[in-house]
Amino acid sequence: MKRSGSELLKSLNVRPFIESLIAIFVGFLIGAIVLLAFGYNPFEAYYWLFQGALGSTYGIASTLRYATPIMLTALTFAVGTRTGIFNIGAESSFYFGAIAAVIFTNVWDNMWFGLAMGMLLGALWALPAAVLKVYRGVHEVISTIMLNWIGWFFVLWLIVGPYANPNDPNKTIRIPVAARLPEIGYGLSIAIIIAVIAALLTYFLLWHTTMGFGMRASGMNEKAARYAGMNPKVAVMWSFLIGGLLSGLGGAMKIMGEGPGYAISQGGANIYGFGFDGIGVALVGRNHPLGIILSAIFFGMLRAGTALMQAQAHVPLEIIKVIQGIIVITVAIPSLYDLVKKAIHRGAA
Amino acid sequence: MDVGSVLSILITSLMAMVPIVLTSVGAAWSERAGVVSIGYEGVLLMSAFFGAIFAELAHNAVVGLVGGILVGILLGMLHGALTVYLKGDHVIPGIGINLLAMGVVPFGILAYWGTAGQHQLPHDAQMWHIRTPYGELSPMVFVTIVIAIVTWWVLFKTPLGLRVRSVGENPEAADALGINVEKYRFWSAVYGHALAGLGGAFMSVDWLGLVHKTMSGGRGFIALANMVFSGWNPLVSLIGGWLFGFFDALATWLAPKHIIPGQFILMLPYIMTIIIVAGIIGKARPPKWSGKPYKRE
Repeated sequence: MKRSGSELLKSLNVRPFIESLIAIFVGFLIGAIVLLAFGYNPFEAYYWLFQGALGSTYGIASTLRYATPIMLTALTFAVGTRTGIFNIGAESSFYFGAIAAVIFTNVWDNMWFGLAMGMLLGALWALPAAVLKVYRGVHEVISTIMLNWIGWFFVLWLIVGPYANPNDPNKTIRIPVAARLPEIGYGLSIAIIIAVIAALLTYFLLWHTTMGFGMRASGMNEKAARYAGMNPKVAVMWSFLIGGLLSGLGGAMKIMGEGPGYAISQGGANIYGFGFDGIGVALVGRNHPLGIILSAIFFGMLRAGTALMQAQAHVPLEIIKVIQGIIVITVAIPSLYDLVKKAIHRGAA
Repeated sequence: MDVGSVLSILITSLMAMVPIVLTSVGAAWSERAGVVSIGYEGVLLMSAFFGAIFAELAHNAVVGLVGGILVGILLGMLHGALTVYLKGDHVIPGIGINLLAMGVVPFGILAYWGTAGQHQLPHDAQMWHIRTPYGELSPMVFVTIVIAIVTWWVLFKTPLGLRVRSVGENPEAADALGINVEKYRFWSAVYGHALAGLGGAFMSVDWLGLVHKTMSGGRGFIALANMVFSGWNPLVSLIGGWLFGFFDALATWLAPKHIIPGQFILMLPYIMTIIIVAGIIGKARPPKWSGKPYKRE
């Protein structure tokens, strides 16, 4: 137990944590400048944003509810990055998880069956990119972008076509009552608990199993891993499959755990964009499962606070996307920590 | 299908071709020099928005197009600075730019015009069109064709183009020959994003005459698909872009007819691209050093 504690500390690093905090600060700063430029009061906006996210039990429940799907898609990206792969296919595995939940819970109204099928379809949809990478050398950024769009149009067709609700044809049929995820309260389901468990399992897999060691080794140095007798191809396959599974779970839980509709809404509006948001979450969480839990809750907070911010400070809710974009661009600056440190020293001197 | 509908689909596809071709030509140039970006979707959206503001302020659509180019140049400089000079990852800034655009544009439409989600441009901010009985045609269609041909010619037939390709294929050798790798890469990224900026402004001040918060509609990604599909060749991407535009127009035309679900037509370009990169038909190979930072030893 002691060993695993020190391993955990070693795998966490203070520097990336500070870099993420700097990026978040820069995001809020530039967000404030944009707000000022358009005549809004940034202090008022941010006050209501945090009030909305954390000021009430309902706010906290919403924060955790919004944190759930992006925590899982972020894990997909992180598992990829740790194995040296730029997997941006979380987006479409998420769609397939969602539609699998709709399809299969209506076959057998069992919650675990729905979740399992969501994970299975999510993983299956990640398979082509894995095969193309391993056997054809196709770069995963290209293949996953293409698969995201193919998946999007295919699921859109399923929504309005075979699985449309006859009483409300713009939406899909609903998840049967028996298969819905139990609610903790204030609209928050047990999905958040499952997501946190998934993050902990991902951490355990990557840092405490032989398989995870092989995956990370081939991510750090493919040649060295091969000389050490590991098979990077197997690592790449697992990385895509586990990644797809996690996003599929996220998509399934999005539909099975969020009322009142318990269905995919018109034009796929409630399943779109979680994969891309998850990339931001993973980057701020430094591609570490434990960092991702925190970072997903942070981004969930931003999203949960917008309703009150819009109502009280009359600020359009899209400002949080501006902040999110700035945060992602800022974390993309290499050795941000050193740059800021140098700038502070120069300022002090 | 009668002759009238065929002609109108063709004209629509020529208009739909413009943003896709401009972006893929720019992206092809940039990747030939070794700079990968997946942020073109965001560049298209933001330049459509800011281009419309420029056009309205000047009461002139051409100023709007130039404004779009300027937005592209600024975003290209940001991307170039992060990837070329700071040696950062090539994919992450693009994801950031896409997210940023999804915030800036809906926020900006509401904050600047006070309307939610969409704004119709006044007549004096819109480009004039050639009117035909089967639809309107913009002079930008011809400008786009010229840009694609000239870019191809410069890239493959001039010393400048050879240098650009050399920093993407083999930066070490280029460096040894005294070519400033970073300078060529940086300005190639700027050129790529500038063309996407022109394409974005075209959508708002020329083709559609409006700004909508999701108006890029995946074209930035279609353009990347087309770039790969066309083997990083601007001339081929002119044809590829027209084909992609054609599928877009065809899906719109087919939608109310319920013959084939439109979604399956819209999927085709992506499926074809996957087939081509997989090497099942033809072959597509990215520039060798594309996406990798070059550090002098």
